[in-house]
Amino acid sequence: MNTEPYIILSAILFTIGCVGVLTRRNAIVVFMCVELMLNASNLALVTFAKQHGNLDGQIAAFFVMVVAAAEVVVGLAIIMTIFRTRRSASVDDASLLKY
Amino acid sequence: MNEVPDFVKPSIEYAELWPLLLIFGAACAGVLVEAFLPRKLRYPVQALMSIAAVVVAFVGVILIALDLPEIEDGAGRGILAAEGAIAVDGPTVFLWGLILALAFAGILLFAERQLEGGVSAFAGQAAAIPGTEAERQASTRGLDHTEVFPLMLFAVGGMMLFPASNDLLTLFVALEVLSLPLYLLCGLARRRRLLSQEAALKYFLLGAFSSGFFLYGLALVYGYAGTMDFGGINDAIANSTGNHALLLTGIGLLSVGLLFKVGAAPFQAWTPDVYQGAPTAVTAFMAAATKVAAFGALLRLFYVAFGNERWNWSPLLWALAILSMVVGVILAVAQTDVKRMLAYSSVAHTGFLLTGVLGLRATGDITPGQITSTQAVLFYLVTYGFLTIGSFAVVSLVRDASGEVTNLKRWAGLGKESPVVAGIFALFLLGLAGIPLTSGFTGKWAVFSAAMSAGAWPVVVAAALSSVVAAFFYIRVIVLMYFTEPAPGEAPAVTMPSVLTATAIAMGVGVTVLLGVLPGPVLEMAANAGEFIR
Repeated sequence: MNTEPYIILSAILFTIGCVGVLTRRNAIVVFMCVELMLNASNLALVTFAKQHGNLDGQIAAFFVMVVAAAEVVVGLAIIMTIFRTRRSASVDDASLLKY
Repeated sequence: MNEVPDFVKPSIEYAELWPLLLIFGAACAGVLVEAFLPRKLRYPVQALMSIAAVVVAFVGVILIALDLPEIEDGAGRGILAAEGAIAVDGPTVFLWGLILALAFAGILLFAERQLEGGVSAFAGQAAAIPGTEAERQASTRGLDHTEVFPLMLFAVGGMMLFPASNDLLTLFVALEVLSLPLYLLCGLARRRRLLSQEAALKYFLLGAFSSGFFLYGLALVYGYAGTMDFGGINDAIANSTGNHALLLTGIGLLSVGLLFKVGAAPFQAWTPDVYQGAPTAVTAFMAAATKVAAFGALLRLFYVAFGNERWNWSPLLWALAILSMVVGVILAVAQTDVKRMLAYSSVAHTGFLLTGVLGLRATGDITPGQITSTQAVLFYLVTYGFLTIGSFAVVSLVRDASGEVTNLKRWAGLGKESPVVAGIFALFLLGLAGIPLTSGFTGKWAVFSAAMSAGAWPVVVAAALSSVVAAFFYIRVIVLMYFTEPAPGEAPAVTMPSVLTATAIAMGVGVTVLLGVLPGPVLEMAANAGEFIR
């Protein structure tokens, strides 16, 4: 099986996620873009596992899913707290700390 | 269809791993305490249990360190535990001891209740919106978030796992286990909650972003080597199998994740905001212990897994070391807030530590009288960790009616108001500046000479120059405390801490003076730690 297209797809997904984090304003969308980066890594891991013919990458993908779920719990808690305080989830509004 | 092999039970070396498991166990028990104990009992039980766990684990680490087996070629001591996922070797037990000692001081700061008049420095009820009736009620009822203790223990466990991980997956899991509780702890300040929540948001978003890079780098290195194991990656590089571009991109992306954690420029943007916004007790613990754990992991990854690729990564570290020092000291000069100043100074210290990483790694490569970079960095981490935790502990004492006073202007005349506190802070500043007879001097000497012996003299020159600039802003604060009259009505006030914070500060003072006057034993210990095993 030719694995190259999958790696290219994962690189494209990673780039979309990365650009999204840098350009989007809403904290939730920024966070979704981070998740996209993690999933791009998952695709790469699974593809490389297929290419090398061992299971390490596939197992890693499971761990990444668990870690991503834990990150969602912590992340949404933080974003929700700040939303309730400020009535806004924009990352540009959180600008008391600077210089 | 392949035969399905019989399931083989993995072997876990409990005799070497129990301090780590004890910390995680105590953290889980702390969660149960929150669920089942009445509110009044939670604080004493949580505080005592955390302290007991850390002390017992520390004793355990010493016992383990005393009888680590030598590995065959005699270059190091230790074993690969848990099917090669965790390496318990000399540097690991050294860092475990250091992280636990810093965690002990951190728990004391977390448990401090005298400064806020009977409650801790953490939000009474983090879910209550600032400035509402619910928040007022929470504070009049004297509520307290005792969950901070288990959260901190989880972070400590992650920090212990981080420098010990011997494969990429364990490294990633440890990175997240140490980071996630810290994101939460940053947002739990009792006062100035908007700043605290903002710090948590920034730390979380940037941290998650950097771990995305880390993970993609992990995937690429796995794609290159076909294994996650550090030793296996090293072999793959030695045999130069696979696509080299994949490896280089992978190393680059992995370094982004690690250098973010240690706060090296250009990934330092979060440091000042998070250090300023987080509760000072959290800042103290996080600034000291995260750096220790992350540098341990960085050393192991770069020396064990990418050791054969040294000529490709060391120019990158040269540049980042110089950049961190320059950015750190220049921006620190411009700060008006003491916590932000200490944050930028920590960026500069990351640069000094990276200078040490550039030294020679193997004992075989050095002549007698020179020191390996592992030894230098381990020693520097001891000095830096205690200086940092001590100086942030002092920051938490200078207060007025609205909480801590962190604006440097308000620190004028502190020397008259409280000679002891000002004297201690001056000692820490001199230590951070690296003045002789403090631990900072010995630490700087160690990393500079390690880098010199590897021929990284341009970095050492840059480091020496930035030390001079750094001395300027540290000494400026001392001048401010002793020789400047406070503006009328703005005299600083020092709140007397309980024995808890006092002990944490005393630990910092003790280590700073001891390692300045008599660095021999700890340098010896760092040398005995030997090399990373593979």
